[in-house]
Amino acid sequence: MLLYENIRLAFSSLRANKMRAFLTMLGIIIGISSVIAIMTVGESIESSVTDTMGSLGATNITVSLQEKEDEEEGESVEMGMQFEGPGRMRTPTEDDYFTDAMLHDYCENYPDTIEAISVQESLSSGQLLVDKLYANVSPSGVSDGFFLANDLELIDGRYFSDHEIENHSMAAIISDKAVNNLFQGDTDAAIGSTISLVSGDQYLTVTVVGVYEYEQSIYSFGNTSEKDLSTDLYLPLPTARDLNHTTGESSFTVVTAAVTDVDSFISSTEQFFNTYYRNNRNFEVYAFSMSSMLDSLTSMMGTITTGIALIAGIALLVGGIGVMNIMLVSITERTREIGTRKAIGAPNSAIRMQFLVEAMVICLIGGIIGVILGTVLGLVAAKVLDMPATPSISSILISLGFSMAVGIFFGYYPANKAAKMDPIDALRYE
Amino acid sequence: MEERRKMIEMTGIVKKYFIDTPNELAALNGVDLTVHEGEFLAVVGASGSGKSTLMNIIGTLDRPTEGHYTLDGVDTNAAKDSELSSIRNQKVGFVFQTYNLIARTSALMNVELPMLYGGMSRKERNERAEELLRMVGMEERMKHRPEELSGGQKQRVAIARAMGNDPSIILADEPTGALDSSTGRMVMDLFHQLHDEKGKTIILITHSPELAEETERIITLKDGAVISEREGSGHAVV
Repeated sequence: MLLYENIRLAFSSLRANKMRAFLTMLGIIIGISSVIAIMTVGESIESSVTDTMGSLGATNITVSLQEKEDEEEGESVEMGMQFEGPGRMRTPTEDDYFTDAMLHDYCENYPDTIEAISVQESLSSGQLLVDKLYANVSPSGVSDGFFLANDLELIDGRYFSDHEIENHSMAAIISDKAVNNLFQGDTDAAIGSTISLVSGDQYLTVTVVGVYEYEQSIYSFGNTSEKDLSTDLYLPLPTARDLNHTTGESSFTVVTAAVTDVDSFISSTEQFFNTYYRNNRNFEVYAFSMSSMLDSLTSMMGTITTGIALIAGIALLVGGIGVMNIMLVSITERTREIGTRKAIGAPNSAIRMQFLVEAMVICLIGGIIGVILGTVLGLVAAKVLDMPATPSISSILISLGFSMAVGIFFGYYPANKAAKMDPIDALRYE
Repeated sequence: MEERRKMIEMTGIVKKYFIDTPNELAALNGVDLTVHEGEFLAVVGASGSGKSTLMNIIGTLDRPTEGHYTLDGVDTNAAKDSELSSIRNQKVGFVFQTYNLIARTSALMNVELPMLYGGMSRKERNERAEELLRMVGMEERMKHRPEELSGGQKQRVAIARAMGNDPSIILADEPTGALDSSTGRMVMDLFHQLHDEKGKTIILITHSPELAEETERIITLKDGAVISEREGSGHAVV
């Protein structure tokens, strides 16, 4: 019945003490805005990471070499020699690499589980040159499975033929951006053309057989101009190995069939390869999947969120105590008003409701300002991190509800104190 | 006189403070008082005589330690605190020396307040508050806040507020105490108007013998007891 009047009254009393009301709200504003900001950023990061992981294929398993823990070295670490650690790190040599024979056996062993194996041999970055035009490229040799593992589709031309792979030929697949720079976007002119490739100190000639669509990666920060953008150029794997004078790789990616239990296949894979590396002094095999990376990332985000929520909770607690304090001051200042209201015939419940509504209005306004501020902060942060911003509706609603609850919890004691004042004492209060 | 309704019926009212302590103090010591409908009564006495305590008990802000008090047919001894709130709301109109208007709230809203607590609808209380403000000559300043009004104007708003729920009695505690003589005269004239035209029962608590003379009956308190009771002129002495 009195709700409307109580809200009006609360606003007029806040207007009378604007500065005080704002300072009181500050704790609530800080608490709520930090919750909203971190939720917005958190959800943006999570959704963009999930998108990326999805496009990379969460069921892909990456297999790589990892240095064996040497028992003697372990002791030296304990003796305080760990600063020498990086100097001692070994890089895998030709003898340690995964060989084609191993991969062949691996595929034979798990024919139903393995869909493709993606191997990439990177070359020095360089430039494609056509007359006076150039395009920056990062060349690498890739196996057939690479295109499947990375979900890369050609917009024109074809993949490498068996003939080209077997003959270690200089066939190349380039990006549409490179075509834009070299052939003014004319893919028909690009395909079949023979162009110069400078890679490191090697001068090569490649024949373009296919063009793929370049996708901006979320990891590429900054804005390099279209002209200087470096895109990937792919050669057949044996060709790149010839150029690098290698016969194997230190890591590769397995595309598994959709029905595979990825976690158990990871351990089978490690077991399978470690039979080859039992006698290797320095290295052993380590396999992981994107989904296991995603799990650890999610749990890390969870820890951060919990930490921020705890800080926000403390801010809200302090803010709530501030509200309680100011309400106690307010009812003391307005003791005569309370006495007058009681003399006029206000029941205790009406007085209690009046001050409870005032406390709730303070907290709710603080909450609303906090939500707006937090959303803006979150959106700006997401923009800076170049991620899609998703303000979380549920966390906004929960925050507003929570700030009202803070108002009720910390407003009840002062409101009850006001309600229980003796009218005579209150009227006589100077 | 006898056929008129009894508004206030007090018998053997005793009010003690600090009961069962060495400082025990009897502010009222067995007061008997009967006030009929439409009476204009003055209660006078020096400070410490028990005037304020009597007013608090008449206004049901306080309960007597002993004795019986019936207000407009309602036994106040038996009423619970919440029922006393509603008795104050419906049957008593307070006018204070210091006006006690609610700050930052328009004159209109101040007058509406008792009706609001009484549960009257917004439209009804708005119309009635405007009518009451017109009656006290404040129709020009309905939207003004107490801070923007003079003392006399504030007291007129306070009287309009006291009339809010058309109470059985109006209880005025030194209503002219903070006003100069001419605005005080205006306020007193307003009480006479309420008494003569509306037939209100008015109890005026004052220490001024001149003001007391204007009422119909003058009760003098001393040390918590009624020491004299006599008739006044019942109209302003010009």
